[in-house]
Amino acid sequence: MSRFGRSRPDLEADPAPSERSSGGPLLEVTDLRTSFRTDRGLLKAVDGVTFTLEQGQTLGVVGESGSGKTVLSRSVMGLLPAGKKTLRGGSVRFEGRDIGDRSAAEMRDVWGQDIAMVFQDPMTSLNPVVRIGRQITEGLRHHLDMDKGTARETAVALLRSVGIPEPERRLDQYPFELSGGMRQRVTIAIAISCGPKLLLADEPTTALDVTVQAQILNLLQDKQRERHMAMILVTHDLGVVAGRTDHIAVMYAGRVVETAPTATLFGSMRMPYTEALLKCIPRTTDPSHTRLSALGGRPPDLISPPEGCRFAPRCPYAQERCHHEDPPLEYDASGTHAWACWYPVGTAEGSAALEANLSSGRPQALVAVGAGADAVREADAAAETEAIEAARQTEVALRPEPA
Amino acid sequence: MPELSPSAAPAAPAAAVVTVAITDGATKKRLGVAFWLSFSWILLVILLAIFARVLPLKSPTDTGLGRPGLGPSLHFWLGTDDLGRDTFARVVYGARVSMIVGFTSIAIGLAVGGTLGIIAGYYKGRLGSFIMSCTDVLLAFPTLVLALAIITFLGQNLRNVVLALGIISIAPIARIIRASTLTFAEREFVTAARSLGAKDIRILTREILPNVALPTFAFALVAVAVAIVAEGGLAFLGLSVKAPTPSWGGMINEGRTLLNQSPQVSLIPAAVMFVTVLAFNFAGDSLRSYFDVREGAL
Repeated sequence: MSRFGRSRPDLEADPAPSERSSGGPLLEVTDLRTSFRTDRGLLKAVDGVTFTLEQGQTLGVVGESGSGKTVLSRSVMGLLPAGKKTLRGGSVRFEGRDIGDRSAAEMRDVWGQDIAMVFQDPMTSLNPVVRIGRQITEGLRHHLDMDKGTARETAVALLRSVGIPEPERRLDQYPFELSGGMRQRVTIAIAISCGPKLLLADEPTTALDVTVQAQILNLLQDKQRERHMAMILVTHDLGVVAGRTDHIAVMYAGRVVETAPTATLFGSMRMPYTEALLKCIPRTTDPSHTRLSALGGRPPDLISPPEGCRFAPRCPYAQERCHHEDPPLEYDASGTHAWACWYPVGTAEGSAALEANLSSGRPQALVAVGAGADAVREADAAAETEAIEAARQTEVALRPEPA
Repeated sequence: MPELSPSAAPAAPAAAVVTVAITDGATKKRLGVAFWLSFSWILLVILLAIFARVLPLKSPTDTGLGRPGLGPSLHFWLGTDDLGRDTFARVVYGARVSMIVGFTSIAIGLAVGGTLGIIAGYYKGRLGSFIMSCTDVLLAFPTLVLALAIITFLGQNLRNVVLALGIISIAPIARIIRASTLTFAEREFVTAARSLGAKDIRILTREILPNVALPTFAFALVAVAVAIVAEGGLAFLGLSVKAPTPSWGGMINEGRTLLNQSPQVSLIPAAVMFVTVLAFNFAGDSLRSYFDVREGAL
């Protein structure tokens, strides 16, 4: 069972049901903060994230680009660039050991053997000039002290287990000889080669062809179950984590804004941001030419985030209070579902807030319910005309003067 | 693919297949004729240099084999020089000096400069800036003066010429390899290797080095050409191998006295050096663009 909170270590005492293995959770992240010093000021990429993860459980971390999910996964793993420009806070405990402030040298025993990572783009996460075989056997020989022959046999078995045909032949091939899906299978084989207890998958399907995305996700899930690994699946797509994770944490602007068991989250989401993310998924049951709902605006600047709730400027439910007071991440009576919102979706306050926004004609609210569709369409059309006009003018400007 | 008229529609799939096949063939990486010509010339020069002693050549140092300043003939393929020595034999033996100097000095440069460059590129912090400051100092030296100083202090022989040119090549090679390392050190496969617990030394030698090696090899060929020219310059100043050992630059210098009556005595070694340097540059450039294309396709 996972649990999230910005600063709620008190709830950690709550016993998890049956799944709890002996001796506490596998991964315990408390008030994790990661900031980067930039020329403009301190960029708080991860701003107080707390969660626990049990052995064999899967956690989905969902959020837009720039919501801090990648930095979160790298912070957990300790893979951030070392130096004065990176500031860390909070603790990461793996099997009870604090690995949060370990140096790279101390982490080397953890990396690969205890925690491994699958990266976003298999084009760049495999070394282009090194044969597949060596890339897999490297870790086996180093961590598990295998000799050349055993390592090669193990590599063949690994490649076969991730569904790569003719594994013997692949060992002597270079990454560019494989398709994107195959490459990602190879990176998964490499990641699980040393039997990690925790697998971090950082947008493992984002760079892949849609036709193989589901296969790769199923493969990850199979391997996770087979090996009883814990897995953190980082993605921007709520559709990816639905049905594949035990828990979901929705991140926005470096914070967890809603967390719940997967079924609960999809059944009764409370955070308007989660709702907006879900609305962005196109449905096959919709009639054709249905306009895709897009979430307007951009995530806030993490160097100077807005006062109050960080989602308020884009939120259809936002009231006066949201712009001044920062809502805490609080658990409901069940103790598993938490959200950070003053006017949650599906509650009386939420409906009232939306109603009020609609009647006062706030554009975010109008877009959200589709009532403003016409207005939006008009605005879009106007913008489009403008864009075409601008493009035409640029073209004119760029065209060489006729001789 | 060209647009198909409606009447051609039934043939479309076949046409598509053919078109694709053609484009594939056209975009396939080729090194080109210029590369293979250059490569053949370099190979010829290297083979002649290696087997100079075994080949049935006239002595390169015996004077008075013919009249001084003869033009090319059946007996003296490339004529004779100012002392009546066989120019062809001297050009072949001179190739030994040029090749040894070219390759060994760049090998020294690669070993030292390459190591420094890859370290400076990977450890970008204080160590990197320190190494780069050192190369800046080295680069600020007038190269010819530096070479003169080294050869004057250590003595005039082949080994010291190699050493001098090797030291001079360290700084530019270090900078180029650092630049190339910088791009690879940021790649995700380096992070991926770290995430599997690889040590820095392993990342440097097994992840970054193979990637840096390809472009570096291409650059090294160009560097060899530069070193050959530099040796020629030193020899022209009488600072390379001592006479009577032939070297291309030395031969150009010796032909100066006959420049009015028989210019070929200077021009022939100059032409050989010119073609050789051109060949190295061509080969290096072709290889560089060849590897670049491959990078892009990945």
